[in-house]
Amino acid sequence: MATTALEHAPPDTHAATGLWSWITTVDHKRIGILYGASAFLFFLLGGIEALVIRWQLMAPNQTIVGPETYNQLFTMHGTTMIFLGVMPLSAMFFNFMIPLQLGARDVAFPRLNAFSYWVFLAGGLLLNVSWLFRAAPDGGWFGYANLTTRQFSPGMNIDFWTVGLQILGIASLAAALNFFVTVINLRAPGMKMMHLPMFVWMSFITQILLLLAFPIITVALVLLMIDRTFGTHFFVPSGGGDPVLWQHLFWFFGHPEVYILILPAFGIVSEILPVFSRKPLFGYAAMVFSGAFIAFVGFGVWAHHMFATGMGPFADAFFSLATMIIAIPTGVKIFNWIGTVWGGRVEYKTPMLFALGFIAMFIMGGLSGVMHSSPPADLQQTDTYFIVAHFHYVLFGGSIFGITGGAYYWWPKMFGKLLDEGLGKLHFWLMLIGFNLTFFPMHIVGLNGMPRRVYTYSAESNFELLNRLETWGSLLLGLAFVVFLWNIIRTTRSSQAPAPADPWNGATLEWSIPSPPQEFNFPKVPQVHGRDALWEMKRERGGSLPEPQRVDGRGIHLPNPSFRPFIAATGVLITLGGFIGGSHLWVHLAGLAVLLYGIFSWAFEPTG
Amino acid sequence: MADTAHAQVDEHHYTATGIDHRKLAIWTFIASECMFFASLIGTYLVYKGRDVSGPRPHTEWLLNGRMQEQILEIPLVTFGTSLLLFSSFFVVLALSGAQRGNRKALIGWLCATIFCGIFFVGMQVFEFTHFYHRGMGYTTNLFASTFYTLTGFHGTHVTLGLIWLTTVLVVALRGKLPPEKSLNLEIAALYWHFVDVVWIVIFPVVYLIR
Repeated sequence: MATTALEHAPPDTHAATGLWSWITTVDHKRIGILYGASAFLFFLLGGIEALVIRWQLMAPNQTIVGPETYNQLFTMHGTTMIFLGVMPLSAMFFNFMIPLQLGARDVAFPRLNAFSYWVFLAGGLLLNVSWLFRAAPDGGWFGYANLTTRQFSPGMNIDFWTVGLQILGIASLAAALNFFVTVINLRAPGMKMMHLPMFVWMSFITQILLLLAFPIITVALVLLMIDRTFGTHFFVPSGGGDPVLWQHLFWFFGHPEVYILILPAFGIVSEILPVFSRKPLFGYAAMVFSGAFIAFVGFGVWAHHMFATGMGPFADAFFSLATMIIAIPTGVKIFNWIGTVWGGRVEYKTPMLFALGFIAMFIMGGLSGVMHSSPPADLQQTDTYFIVAHFHYVLFGGSIFGITGGAYYWWPKMFGKLLDEGLGKLHFWLMLIGFNLTFFPMHIVGLNGMPRRVYTYSAESNFELLNRLETWGSLLLGLAFVVFLWNIIRTTRSSQAPAPADPWNGATLEWSIPSPPQEFNFPKVPQVHGRDALWEMKRERGGSLPEPQRVDGRGIHLPNPSFRPFIAATGVLITLGGFIGGSHLWVHLAGLAVLLYGIFSWAFEPTG
Repeated sequence: MADTAHAQVDEHHYTATGIDHRKLAIWTFIASECMFFASLIGTYLVYKGRDVSGPRPHTEWLLNGRMQEQILEIPLVTFGTSLLLFSSFFVVLALSGAQRGNRKALIGWLCATIFCGIFFVGMQVFEFTHFYHRGMGYTTNLFASTFYTLTGFHGTHVTLGLIWLTTVLVVALRGKLPPEKSLNLEIAALYWHFVDVVWIVIFPVVYLIR
């Protein structure tokens, strides 16, 4: 219940530097940078976990890590990359770019935005603190019951997982609510829904998926937590419970989650391709509706993850057909991207290379995906490295290529300096070659029967050569990100001239304001008349626009900074954290007290 | 900048649709909550009748060699349900009072709403205690676990709604809910209606359909 007091704070109360200014910030751009920095650190951590896995699998019968540690490594690698890597890296762009592309001064609920970030950070830290207790989650990112019930996982490992993911779910839900309302309500005057930049459209659809999918995994996690804490039998067969229900609930969330991971990357490449081809996006409306169709049908395909549970011919046929149908709108998108580049004046800058790499890699991942939509084929492929190859082609070859392209594309807007092109191209080629060396051989060892999630393999299995290749490939991948880090450090330290407002001849409104933008984004809220608003403005003027000047923003109303979201997020962490290693009533009560204080003081705080 | 500064005051309330952010947000939140309760209700239905032992919701069951009556107390809960439904009506009257600036109607009907809500939660506490004394603990069987979890989560939602409405009542009592701020009550009322609607689904699913 926010109050609507209209108190105009003078701009100098917005502290510009120091730790406190970051803890209390409600500026969507700063929150975006917080998301990006934290997510990139978690991403590197997940990458190191992957490298240890590859080291262990380099040769047969190795014991660099034992089976227990190996289970923790692949569980945390998956959980980290999905919930602490790709999702918050996308959230970085939601935060920084959605308001700018809409022509807005901030998101609809700036303090809720800060709350989302702090809750996300709390969940991410809690999950990783488990390493210090030598009790990292070890039940896979899918946490199948009854592997994860108390009987078979008596330690705290799974507690960290159920509690950590619930906290992350709260962060995602709060953020999704915020961005859903922002896209609908904060479009610049004249910007109709069918004028939205494609990144905003795909992000908008992602928010809908988050809103509808995350409550389901919340229920699943709550039931599992209750089973583990209080001894109920939701997933315990001896009490009549059914472990397969866990799989249904999990994948009912889990498949939309796949689109939550890829749709933002679809949006990013749909921004990059037109700008570097000097052509508007081909088939705009088809792009929008195919995205919406993917999301909608994405709720009806969850059980293709469960063919091996034996659901019977009717269910198998239904989920198989529904899965194949999704290939159609996805194909529409791929042809539209190709159509965008076709006949354009293509500039092979680093962001464009990543966008083109995305298309190629995603096609390969999509094709292997269609292969295991067929139950008989899937029964051969499930739980083998073929599946690992498939989802890395869509999530790494897709999401990470798209996000990295977005990072090169939007870096000058976010930080005011252009990343080095030479190092960028080196990064791209190392990543493309390393990626294919790592993951392409997995198709072959998978079809030859190498199982996933097993910590080693025997010398007679003939898997060694390809596994060595994969490990060397993964080192190249690691090297690619070292180059990226080097590029970031070099660019940040360099004394190069500040980036212009519009270094790429961009089509959308974020390029109409200085790099990096001032706190209020737009001195004057823009009027929009159609798609590609900035190209339209340039066309009207008959050439490029004058470099926008930094202006004095006095009198522009901005929300006050607030530390209350941080307090409320702490309350969430303590309340749910009380479920680690059993239920601790006093911890819950203390957390609830902090949470209530946070929410009430927040609700009655003047918004400024 | 002086002229732009002037225009900003109106921009503070600008929304592309004309709908207040908070109203849109609460509707969106309700959509999300639907999936939350759908999952809980789904779990209840999947496990219905799959208990390995009693108590049973609608039929007799055996405890220590003696037949026990069905566990659910339908008349009591029907009464509680009707009060919850009335409370939805009352909160509309309270909102209407707030919008017309009729302080008496606002406070009176809001008190009636909160009273009905408190009675509903009280009924649930009584019901749970009664079941416990009849031998139905949280982990006794699947019915017990699914029943307590589903209705317990609903009860928690009602309680949160009561805290929210009581906060609005305190604001109203201090004279800080003029008609132009009636949206502060409206969004709480939308949440309250949602909590009611969920019960309209839960009540037949759990209590009426055998």
